[in-house]
Amino acid sequence: MSSTEQPTISEYRRREQSITLSPLQEQLGETEGDGSTQEMLTLNFGPHHPATHGVLRLLVTLQGELVRDVKPVIGYVHTGIEKTAEDKSYWKVIPVIERMDYLSYYFNALAFCGAVETLAEVEVPKRAQYLRVIHLELNRIMSHLVWLGTSALDLGAISMFWYCFREREKILDLFEMSSGQRMHTRYFQIGGVMEDIPVGFAEKLRGFLKEMPSRVDQYGALLNRNEIVLQRLRGTCPLDAESLLALGVTGPLLRAAGNPWDLRKAAPYSSYEDFEFKIPVGTHGDNYDRFAVRLAEMYESVKIVEQALEGLPEGPHITEDRKVALPPRHELATSMEALIHHFKLVTEGMRVPPGEVYFPIEAPRGELGCFVRSDGSSKPARVHMRDPSFVNLQATAPMVKGAYIADMIATLAMLDPILGGIDR
Amino acid sequence: MPDATGLELIAQELRDLQGKDVVTDTTFFRNQATVSVAPASIRAVLAQLREKGYAFLASVHGVDYYPQEPRLGVVYELLNMSRVDRIAVKLRVPTEAPDVESVTEDWPTANHQEREVYDMFGVLFHGHPDLRRILMPEDYEGHPQRRDFPIGGEPVIFTFNEAESVGSPE
Amino acid sequence: MAIERQPLGPLGAVGAADLRVRSLNSRQLLRGGEIEGPNASAHLEGADFERYVEESVLTTTLDRAVAWARSNSFFPATFGLACCAIEMMSIVAARVDVARFGFEAFRASPRQADLLILSGRVSIKMAPIVRRIYDQMLEPKWAISMGACCSSMGVFNNYALVPADKFMPIDVHVPGCPPRPEALMHGVLKLRKMVQDDPDMGWRERYEARGTEEVVPELTAATPLPPAVDGVGGESIQDTAGA
Repeated sequence: MSSTEQPTISEYRRREQSITLSPLQEQLGETEGDGSTQEMLTLNFGPHHPATHGVLRLLVTLQGELVRDVKPVIGYVHTGIEKTAEDKSYWKVIPVIERMDYLSYYFNALAFCGAVETLAEVEVPKRAQYLRVIHLELNRIMSHLVWLGTSALDLGAISMFWYCFREREKILDLFEMSSGQRMHTRYFQIGGVMEDIPVGFAEKLRGFLKEMPSRVDQYGALLNRNEIVLQRLRGTCPLDAESLLALGVTGPLLRAAGNPWDLRKAAPYSSYEDFEFKIPVGTHGDNYDRFAVRLAEMYESVKIVEQALEGLPEGPHITEDRKVALPPRHELATSMEALIHHFKLVTEGMRVPPGEVYFPIEAPRGELGCFVRSDGSSKPARVHMRDPSFVNLQATAPMVKGAYIADMIATLAMLDPILGGIDR
Repeated sequence: MPDATGLELIAQELRDLQGKDVVTDTTFFRNQATVSVAPASIRAVLAQLREKGYAFLASVHGVDYYPQEPRLGVVYELLNMSRVDRIAVKLRVPTEAPDVESVTEDWPTANHQEREVYDMFGVLFHGHPDLRRILMPEDYEGHPQRRDFPIGGEPVIFTFNEAESVGSPE
Repeated sequence: MAIERQPLGPLGAVGAADLRVRSLNSRQLLRGGEIEGPNASAHLEGADFERYVEESVLTTTLDRAVAWARSNSFFPATFGLACCAIEMMSIVAARVDVARFGFEAFRASPRQADLLILSGRVSIKMAPIVRRIYDQMLEPKWAISMGACCSSMGVFNNYALVPADKFMPIDVHVPGCPPRPEALMHGVLKLRKMVQDDPDMGWRERYEARGTEEVVPELTAATPLPPAVDGVGGESIQDTAGA
């Protein structure tokens, strides 16, 4: 675009120009012909747009329909979660930190609880670990279902939305049975889980697990042989594993490119080593592989939940250490120490020895790490969540450069960004 | 994790190749290894650790150590995928001179993460291709996650102050 | 002059003849003619007459008909911000089916939408954009603040969030974190009831637009074009009509 005169620009526009696109325009070089094919159009995509996976704003530079550059602008749902977490005692941080990546709330809670348990050297009982695994894998299935529903919606296969949300309602019923809330359940506590599962949970869960694989088969049947879905996803926007590793990408995106890195297998936490499951890995690293990997992960998660449910050991559901976990209520009537512990925990909170830990887990989108620094008081001094979507978003630009803008929509859908995690 | 002796060996190698003042401290706490380095040498340290196998930069994040000086810390979490080893590299800079060399050229993953540390703490990363605020509005003043930045928010409305609340008909 | 209002009574008890007499009487009243029967002496003029018609004759004003139509055909704008957006997607899903009420047409463009369901936390970077979207919507428009974060500050009382009341008028606040889909449906139905009862819902006061409802006759007449200046430009209607 050869503009030799600078029109007067408002203050707002001048601030936006801090994002400089001039290196691109220099690359275009001298124009041949009348310049109509050389003009580049910068489109503002968002933060409010129909193909949204949250309030993501992209500045897309187009040459015709080819994407030449993408610059994501984020921060539109920045909630100051990390700063709020410094203000609250450890127990009260859990509901705050859960609302970060709002589709995988159990994972957020586990990352934080795991970090604090490492700091305070609290041992989590085996039953609590198995219960955690059940809820985590159910959450993974639920997150993939929402991803599938909204991605298919973006691609135009609108009826998938209703099918996926039908399954999601069943999972949310299970969450409601165990904790009372559908989303952001505050079920994971430091040292275990809040409550043991109620009567009837196991039967309902078994019923769900029996029918879930056939449902995933149905989703595959709907989409895997659909000509339009295949043409939009096959071969579009591939990126090799080395570039992804350099960009810090983990999770299904990395596995779709061929690298079978999964923290559940590599560095197992919370009894994942007791379960037998496979890691689906793709071959080409294009959009179709990302889609297929997540679809296959749903089968594997069902297997893990089955094994965890069958092997659920007896025992306490939370640690017995009264300085960390609330005593059971029947003890408050008889034991003085229980009453004092309860009082101290509820008013002041637990005290954690000073130090810094980083606790990484495998969230549905990649490596979710929680860095907690404690200074010995009852409130954390710094909580940082290494969110997978925040880092994965940097892969958008290399993926879509040179592709059509429709492929960019499909890639965004397959990237599965959750803006709550990105902006925190 | 490298165990305590492994950590000391790594620290010794760093000192051998880069100079005595590079490593300021080593910490082995709860089975996690941390090496504290001088801010000026961060790029060289990360490059050396990359050759040792720690080729994946998992996270770059900032910490505010108020009231201890130097106040602002930046932590780099490295991961060795072939041996499933993690090591953290930490550096600390004072608020008056928060200058750190950016590692984005060697580790592209640090792009957005360094921007976030700049936005929230005010650490200036020299050599960063595009150091702007990422989470707060571009013209925001202040660095919110510093410990002396007020948390802000709205006052809780009770009956004695409900007349000043926004939605009240007054 | 005393107006005797006779209650209609339970539906089964009123004889068909009585109802027919009343409807004939009211038709006579509206024509301004004589009436026979029980209320023969009641001749009403002016404002009393209008009030009588409103109170005792079953008519539906155009306003209420339009309000009924508007309230049953909200077009929500797709405006999901954070966690509440997932629960808002759940009301479109099959269990709590918003299509039962006719609200399933979520419009992407704010110019085609009339209901803004603010679902999620509004950060300070997003607030001007929300306001811009709200301004782009055409009147009559309504806003539901879904969830605790935009109604009040919610779980996060800190520097980064703005409660929605600070920059735009909200009609219904739905509490919850996130509110169940049934709770959001309850909020939407409450809004529907509000719109049915009070058609303009105070927006004429909000924009100080009282007195703008009537059409002023003088302004609807055709205005003549400005006269041609030195043959440059400007044609009057007569010229083009004749050509």
